[in-house]
Amino acid sequence: MNSIYKYFADIFRGAKSLLIGMSVTGGYFFSPRAIVTQQYPENRKTLKMFDRFKGEVLMPHDTNNQHRCTGCGICEVNCPNGTIEVISDRIETPEGKKKRILDKHIYHLSMCSFCSLCIKTCPSDALEWGQIFEHAVFDRAKLTKILNKPGSSIIKDID
Amino acid sequence: MAFNIYDFTTFTQSIDKALYEWLPPFWALVVEMTIIGLVFLIFYAVVGLFLVYAERKVCAFMQNRVGPNRVGPYGVFQTIADFIKLLMKELVYIKNSDKLLFNIAPFIVIIASFMAIAAIPFAKGLHAIDFDIGIMYVVAVTSLGVVGVLLAGWSSNNKYSLIGAMRSGAQIISYELSVGLSLLTIIVLAGTMQFSQIVEMQSTGWFIFKGHIPAFIAFVIFLIASTAETNRGPFDLAEAESELTAGFHTEYSGIKFAFFFLAEYMNMFIVASIAATVFLGGWMPFHIYGWEGFNHIMDFIPPFVWYAGKTAFIIWMMMWFKWTFPRLRIDQLLTLEWKYLLPINLVNILIMALIVLMGWHF
Amino acid sequence: MKEVVNLPVDSIEREEYHINMGPQHPSTHGVLRLVVTLQGEIVKKVQPHCGYIHRGIEKMCEKDTYQQIIHLTDRMDYLSAHINNHAVCLLVEGALQVEVPERVVYIRTILDELNRIASHQLWWSSFGMDLGGLTCFFYGLRDREKILDIFEESFGSRLLHSYYLPGGLMQDIHPNFQNRVKEFIKYNRRKIKDYDRILSGNIIFLERSQDVGVMSKELAINYGVNGPSGRGSGWACDIRKKYPYAAYEKVEFNEVLRTEGDTYARYMVRMQEIRESMNIIEQLIDNIPEGDFSVKMKPIIKLPAGEYYQRVESARGELGVYCISDGNKTPFRMKFRTPSFVNLGVLDTISREMKIADLVAIGASLDLVIPDIDR
Repeated sequence: MNSIYKYFADIFRGAKSLLIGMSVTGGYFFSPRAIVTQQYPENRKTLKMFDRFKGEVLMPHDTNNQHRCTGCGICEVNCPNGTIEVISDRIETPEGKKKRILDKHIYHLSMCSFCSLCIKTCPSDALEWGQIFEHAVFDRAKLTKILNKPGSSIIKDID
Repeated sequence: MAFNIYDFTTFTQSIDKALYEWLPPFWALVVEMTIIGLVFLIFYAVVGLFLVYAERKVCAFMQNRVGPNRVGPYGVFQTIADFIKLLMKELVYIKNSDKLLFNIAPFIVIIASFMAIAAIPFAKGLHAIDFDIGIMYVVAVTSLGVVGVLLAGWSSNNKYSLIGAMRSGAQIISYELSVGLSLLTIIVLAGTMQFSQIVEMQSTGWFIFKGHIPAFIAFVIFLIASTAETNRGPFDLAEAESELTAGFHTEYSGIKFAFFFLAEYMNMFIVASIAATVFLGGWMPFHIYGWEGFNHIMDFIPPFVWYAGKTAFIIWMMMWFKWTFPRLRIDQLLTLEWKYLLPINLVNILIMALIVLMGWHF
Repeated sequence: MKEVVNLPVDSIEREEYHINMGPQHPSTHGVLRLVVTLQGEIVKKVQPHCGYIHRGIEKMCEKDTYQQIIHLTDRMDYLSAHINNHAVCLLVEGALQVEVPERVVYIRTILDELNRIASHQLWWSSFGMDLGGLTCFFYGLRDREKILDIFEESFGSRLLHSYYLPGGLMQDIHPNFQNRVKEFIKYNRRKIKDYDRILSGNIIFLERSQDVGVMSKELAINYGVNGPSGRGSGWACDIRKKYPYAAYEKVEFNEVLRTEGDTYARYMVRMQEIRESMNIIEQLIDNIPEGDFSVKMKPIIKLPAGEYYQRVESARGELGVYCISDGNKTPFRMKFRTPSFVNLGVLDTISREMKIADLVAIGASLDLVIPDIDR
């Protein structure tokens, strides 16, 4: 008798657990407000990434087309996978001192692993994260970027 | 009765008569068959594509997603786009596979599901053939599909496919019993196997209400067993995506894969139609005894709408199962059938026979 | 070449049926390759073949400075990146005997636990998916997204954070951090009930997981299977309790233990651990002390020559970092004792004489992360 009771108890317990499970999915089926999908290309205008989002490394320039990079190459040393190449020139200042200025700050986005070490270690805060994330291109060469804008120079008081 | 205004019998018979008057009997038959074949072919494609779309939308809503929404308004043309894509895909031939069986298998599956539509009554007088053994015909024809599945698994020269096919064989042979027996419960109550008569008999009340608890139990068992028979939901062991990659149709590509895919949805449609017809009164409107005004209003809803609504409800139930439950293991699947469904079913038939003998039903 | 083997009739039964599960297979979550020997549906032997995603992280560590190593550890067990980072940071700080500020300790503990919840949620999703309940996958990912948003707001990345540095953190937490974490805990306490309703109590799930892949306590110790998988067998092996680090001494939490050792026990341990992690976070989140987010470290860190070992409790078990330093700015040898690799070892033993479907369930219940196996 006990086994018969167990047989039917099993069936009812099982059916109950299944119905509980169905109530969850059924509940979501009838609550369209629970939908969490972001409609990406449509919401491009309103889509705002967080301020600290790591999209790409940028070198901020001010209105006079001046940046803060001294071309010291610390970011290049600290980069774990050779993403950054700093090419600097030695020039002679009007005062007769020898000075190093930045020629090209080359950034290979395709190799970057977004570890933030270059930005963290930069002594003059010349680099920052950009929030653009749509980096897909057809040509890999386009992912190699020169961060300092053409004709830019260094802000005066940085050494 | 009011639903006579939606009677298609005279319409179909007039076409039949006209054809036989114009043409010799043989050619009349050929033309008639061609017309019906074409109508069903279009119907099959439309319903199949719509069901794929519906499944994707239903599962998306259950999963807090939007589902297809790119092609056309609300993504309604998504499945058509997918179908065109599948048509253009390369048909990959597998080395060391049994070419003949490999090519035949999808057709067997799709023909088996196609044949079953013939017997389903969509409205009064709107069915291809009104067999007097309609239920038996449908049960026999739908179970042919497993031959295709077995052949597909065997001929693919793929170990996953073979395991999937063998699982499917064991599964369908077992669950065929429950499908048959639960339908038998209703046959005991109705006393006929003819679909049109079964529907007529439900004009005073659907069998699920008429047959008291046994009919309801039979309905539940039919839902479970038919879900298993169509290789869906928690019983999709033949495909078992996470175990066997795609099971028996792992090696199929392009349109042959589409055939399997479409056949799965059409099988679902067929079993849902049978459940709607046998248990929920088919195209018969919902009547409550004594409420004349209410019954009259119900009669004005076309029978095809009733039929489609009931079928859609059962299909939705099956989708709900699929997108809620985890998959069973093969031995649990067989345990469920042989230890639970089959004994309950047998007792159920006895109770139903007793009810019919004593005249306790309405 | 087609080989025809004529076997005598009586040897047919002994013929083995091999199946390659992976490297591309839906339920191996990556490129793990299991050569499964079958007899019908029954698994006779499982031979894991590793190395499909071997990147030589240990070797790469030898050319990197200690700060640079951090970003490599992210890529081992990408689901508990914070915890991996934590191990290396603790190792370096321990070797140099640097005292990090309390604030850093608290933030690290909170982030570790958030990471553990995220990892367990993804595990729950994929576990449900492996058993065939596809809807679980979306529910788990939906809720994990909230944690990833918190991470993204604070330090810009969702999966591979590289947020810890030897001596502190990369930057301070976002001002919104505390509020968002509290919101998330409230949200998750509600949603975790859904998890239980849809999967934990489900009869099909119980049938699939109970008495499947039973691992005794002795077996777990012999194979070194620790973490939630080992605790499912009753082995008290929580590093947070045994060798407390960070702020774990200051919080009260239970080490979740179950004695059955089957797939269900491993499942329940993880589900309970999500709740315990939320308790830990709740105890810490309001008490983050003010202070610096890092101590001043030398730009080039040189560990004194010697051998160091540091262990932390990652979401999958004990993550050990073993380092030999010869006094240079790069380590002489770096070795990671990754939990997934160790846990994989027991898969063969506990899945023998089970069905194929059980193998999938067991593999999922061990919570293997393939890059963590191969490194």
